Amino acid sequence: MTLQQSRRLQSLLLGTLAWAIAILIFFPIFWMVLTSFKTELDAFATPPQFIFTPTLENYLHIEDRSGYFHFAWNSVVISFTATALCMLIAIPAAYSMAFYETKRTKGTLLWMLSTKMLPPVGVLMPIYLLAKSLGLLDTRTALIIIYTLINLPIVVWMIYTYFKDIPKDILEAARLDGATLWQEVVRVLLPISKGGLASTLLLSLILCWNEAFWSLNLTSSSAAPLTALIASYSSPEGLFWAKLSAVSTLACAPILIFGWISQKQLVRGLSFGAVK
Amino acid sequence: MNIPVKALCVATCMTLSGLSLGAQTLTIATVNNSDMIRMQKLAKIFESEHPEIKLNWVVLEENVLRQRLTTDIATQGGQFDVLTIGMYEAALWGAKGWLEPMTDLPATYALDDVFPSVRDGLSVKGTLYALPFYAESSMTYYRTDLFKDAGLTMPEHPTWEQIADFAKTLNKPAQEQYGICLRGKAGWGENMALISTIANAYGARWFNEQWQPEFTGPEWKNALNFYVNTMKASGPPGATSNGFNENLALFNSGKCAIWVDASVAGSFVTDSSQSKVSEHVGFTFAPHAVTDKGSAWLYSWALAIPTSSKAKDAAKTFSTWATSKEYGALVAEKDGVANVPPGTRASTYSDAYLKAAPFAKVTLESLKVANPKDPTLKPVPYVGIQLVTIPEFQAVGTQVGKLFSAALIGQTTVDQALAAAQQTTEREMKRAGYPK
Repeated sequence: MTLQQSRRLQSLLLGTLAWAIAILIFFPIFWMVLTSFKTELDAFATPPQFIFTPTLENYLHIEDRSGYFHFAWNSVVISFTATALCMLIAIPAAYSMAFYETKRTKGTLLWMLSTKMLPPVGVLMPIYLLAKSLGLLDTRTALIIIYTLINLPIVVWMIYTYFKDIPKDILEAARLDGATLWQEVVRVLLPISKGGLASTLLLSLILCWNEAFWSLNLTSSSAAPLTALIASYSSPEGLFWAKLSAVSTLACAPILIFGWISQKQLVRGLSFGAVK
Repeated sequence: MNIPVKALCVATCMTLSGLSLGAQTLTIATVNNSDMIRMQKLAKIFESEHPEIKLNWVVLEENVLRQRLTTDIATQGGQFDVLTIGMYEAALWGAKGWLEPMTDLPATYALDDVFPSVRDGLSVKGTLYALPFYAESSMTYYRTDLFKDAGLTMPEHPTWEQIADFAKTLNKPAQEQYGICLRGKAGWGENMALISTIANAYGARWFNEQWQPEFTGPEWKNALNFYVNTMKASGPPGATSNGFNENLALFNSGKCAIWVDASVAGSFVTDSSQSKVSEHVGFTFAPHAVTDKGSAWLYSWALAIPTSSKAKDAAKTFSTWATSKEYGALVAEKDGVANVPPGTRASTYSDAYLKAAPFAKVTLESLKVANPKDPTLKPVPYVGIQLVTIPEFQAVGTQVGKLFSAALIGQTTVDQALAAAQQTTEREMKRAGYPK
């Protein structure tokens, strides 16, 4: 076997392995989408059915019973606002830590990240009582505040990592040219780090979109997002697997499409951070 | 415009604005099952009859709902006006004063028509705290075609030993046909609901009169040995993952010869859109052993009003409507008599209903004899058939359920599981200050 043939074989094997892993990871989503077009009887058939007569009955049932768009709109408002707030707070914080590092910076970053290690249920009662006394139960404001706070540590950490990669000399050059702090950040720093910022933004958005614990506990009807809608189709008494799959597909679809469109930034940003 | 016309306009505007100001929004928390979803659908009729009341629905999975309601009611959060709760919560929350007493019900409500066992289960010291929407017991489902082919006859009141023998005969794992499907998934409302009824049938009890657990006694040993041995001999593989839904899926796809579970499954296994064996299902009473006391459970989903609600009158109007005889008649008219919420009212069990729902007779008789105050052979200090109505039971029941699940899978022996259950229950009860 020549060197060229050996490389081709290696490439083929790696390609096959990559496809196998990708299919394995994607399979649950594929199965969910497939099940959403089945009848309840087909949904739990054994052996599982790949060929069946598709139906839209489950999707029609969801819109008729629950009003999908109300929940979807709440998800959009809460996720985008919380992400925007998070970025607004995290960028100055990361800037300060990356370019004006003190001996306490690392400790502060670790301390911020340590708050993510606390199980949410541990602070459920205090936060519930706070929300109640502030009149924020079942409001989008409560979830926006909570999501901003719970994602802030990871967002600060990620942006800090990207900023650390930027040579300080570039910012100093801008300063020597007479740039103000605002101009330095907006015209120099942000354009250089836009790949990293975009991936951080997307990650924060996905985390907000998928969060279920606080949305289930702090909302009831007015501010309930899509995660609450999914929970409403889960039942320990009765087989509603096809309907549950349909509602899950509808809940995943917007963020999946959004992620697909912006996957270039996401992959670039995530791999950029991963090798550090 | 002359003065009388102006006055009329002003009066009309004031009346209309008064109406809109007076319109109340009720937030109703409920679970996702067929009967509750039907209620949600039919509630549009209630809204048209009561334009001053608007309904908001919060539908959640049972365990999530329980946790969500507990948080809200314990903090007096006031997020909900009508709660869908079970007998366990009704008794505990009613005693704590977190629920509005359901007194002064209209005469047309006919409270006497509600089965006494259900009424008692939702009352504390004679005061009713929740109105029953539907009630359920447990029963035996079996495949009539398989029994006929094997030349077997199911008795009307089978014993657990007979059930085990039938299961052994009908167990054909090579054909993916299992003799018996029973709950194995750990949890106080999962495997422990069923195992507690087996234990009751074998004369075991959770606690003696001094609140001492009795897991190391011969009754529990017999009951658990029976359960584990039967499931090992004739149960499906991976039974520790099977709760109600998983067994329902197995039964409906024709993989179980016998299934003992909630009576609410009767409508699912006979529904041809859900079940492949709908034409071949037989129903009989839950099995007994040394006693028939407590061999079938009693549970009810009921509507309650938290004291934190800001719309108590409207909530009561809705709760009485949804649990009334008129609601049952409405369901019969719209969706057929077989879909009337079962188990709460004597008047539901008309000839037409008994004919349309072949499982109804067994449910009715089981509910009539269910007595949560006398669930087994010996006297008990607690109330409940498949559960013990004390706040500590959720934690203790789930812990014991995990130990029994480990015995089923063979990680521990039955004796080890019972000894560990005794130890953990004693510790938890001591910590909670029992005997009180």
